[in-house]
Amino acid sequence: MEAFISLAHGLSVAIVPMNLLFALIGVLLGTAVGVLPGIGPALTVALLLPITFKLDPGGSIIMFAGIYYGGMYGGSTTAILINTPGESASMATALEGNKMAKAGRGGPALATSAIGSFVAGTIATLGLTFLAPYLVDIAVSFGPEDYFALMCVAFVTVSATFGDSPVRGLTSLAIGLLLGLIGIDILSGQSRLSFGVPELYDNIEVTTLAVGLFAVGEALYVASRRHIHEEKLEAVRGSLWMTKEDWKRSWKPWLRGTAFGFPIGALPAGGAEIPTFLSYATEKRLTKHPEEFGKGAIEGVAGPEAANNAAAAGTLVPLLTLGLPTSATAAMMLAGFQQYGLNPGPLLFADQPNLVWGLIASLFIANAMLLVLNLPLVGLWVKLLAIPQPWLYAGILVFATMGTIAANPSPVELIMLTIFGVLGFLMRRFDFPIAPVVVGLILGPIAESQLRRALSISLGDPMVLMQSPISATLLIIALIALVLPFFLKGLSRFKAVED
Amino acid sequence: MSDVQQLTMPGAESRVRIDIAGLAIALTLLALAGLVWWDMTKLQLLSPYDVGPKAMPVIVSAGLALLAVGNGISAFRGDLPPRDSLDWRPILLILGGLACLIALIAVGGGFMIGTAILFATTSAAFGRRAFLTDLLIGAVIAVVVYLLFAKLLALSLPAGPLEHLL
Repeated sequence: MEAFISLAHGLSVAIVPMNLLFALIGVLLGTAVGVLPGIGPALTVALLLPITFKLDPGGSIIMFAGIYYGGMYGGSTTAILINTPGESASMATALEGNKMAKAGRGGPALATSAIGSFVAGTIATLGLTFLAPYLVDIAVSFGPEDYFALMCVAFVTVSATFGDSPVRGLTSLAIGLLLGLIGIDILSGQSRLSFGVPELYDNIEVTTLAVGLFAVGEALYVASRRHIHEEKLEAVRGSLWMTKEDWKRSWKPWLRGTAFGFPIGALPAGGAEIPTFLSYATEKRLTKHPEEFGKGAIEGVAGPEAANNAAAAGTLVPLLTLGLPTSATAAMMLAGFQQYGLNPGPLLFADQPNLVWGLIASLFIANAMLLVLNLPLVGLWVKLLAIPQPWLYAGILVFATMGTIAANPSPVELIMLTIFGVLGFLMRRFDFPIAPVVVGLILGPIAESQLRRALSISLGDPMVLMQSPISATLLIIALIALVLPFFLKGLSRFKAVED
Repeated sequence: MSDVQQLTMPGAESRVRIDIAGLAIALTLLALAGLVWWDMTKLQLLSPYDVGPKAMPVIVSAGLALLAVGNGISAFRGDLPPRDSLDWRPILLILGGLACLIALIAVGGGFMIGTAILFATTSAAFGRRAFLTDLLIGAVIAVVVYLLFAKLLALSLPAGPLEHLL
């Protein structure tokens, strides 16, 4: 009941015309940028963060909520129409969706993905509404050692457990943690790894890192292999509307996808790829039309899309209640909060109920706006996809560099952006995952301060980490999640699904 | 993003058993581990009860060293994912554009000329052959974004002679 009252209160915040406008701008911007090939929701938020830091925090965060959901919708449009998933969570959608578009059924593919996203998003946001207060109650009793242990779990699951290679995933994480060390240590006032460069004293900006890795890195990577890889845009032919048969084949996958997506997203278990592939595999097994799979089966779009959106909403559970980002996009949302000096976690629910519940209520509104706007505007999104590739990437780089210097007008910031771009290029080339770097940079310093707080309370005795039952359990989970993939090579892939 | 783009293309480089690039990655990680350790030794512990600013660098340095070994083993086994052939020209074009922008801002030339150059070089990197047209388009975009940032969002961009005219 408490959740209902809070949500109703949140709605009264979200329904203010100014906040509705922010949500609308957010969903439109999010979809527009998300549609652009190669730009996922994480980069969308990262590009827009630096230019919003002078706006009102409440409105901006509502806008980020819109961008977060909008970017997801935009990404699936791209996946269906040109088979270039902007993020790995859209890969399953691209498998069947692009085949449907090629067969002239792009309309129903877009429709089932939009309606499925709405259904999943709404159910999952309801899940968030009811789970959040409960988790906040538990989180209030967490000591610093418990938080540290929880972050260890997140580090391991984000980098090692579900990736292609635990060694490469952990390497990415270590680079992120290394970048997190740079700057002045708040507790002791000493500078680390700054080499006398004043710009480095203020720590590495998460947005500079994310924009460098995602925008510059992606541009370099795509440009370097343009001679072997060309993209082709499928026109949306035929009716946009789903037939009765399409509805009949879609609604169960939507619900099953949601059932996969929300819990896996809500656990600190790293991203939306796993539920989308689980959903794809399940639909493939349960379908009455197995012959259509691989040739454009609507279930293969409906399920993974629902799973993707449900997982995205699920990721907000640990983010808002514990301050724990488990995907690159969630890490950027956390950076958005920090930009205004807000720290997600149980205290935020107590101190800023207007902001948190306004945000949650806005998620419902953003979701509904997307459903209403997206299908009628699909022609506009397709036009965005038709921007010639040279101008598209040139525009992305111009916007990326201008956003970076607007936040921090110094050539050193641009040099860092370039270095991170080269890093992103190399990581793509050698198949190192990118999200752990971003999560490591933003979560590393928080984990360090929790560890040091725990150890100063215990007067330096490291056993404090094992004495709290919560912390001990979490550390054991982290250890298992770390060791397991080395023994179970088979766990490391849902790749078989792609064949 | 595209962290799961392991498409194996025909024409991928045939590699010798020991992966030189993989070895270079391992050595770089080892060097980074050494750097973090060296930096850590210069820090001071202020309180006897606090693990202080040294603990995290020690963990990171040890982790990097361990991962250097792990990456080294992968390199010797040839475990790295297959890679496509590489076209260096577009990479140099984009990095060159970024370098121009950085240099222009560093000497106080404002961001507009640099942004136009970056737009044109990136566009050329993606196969366009109309450098002057793109330079012009880049300049127009720079003006629009400048007005948007400066007037609507109250952000300041590094200004040079051109920006003062607006």
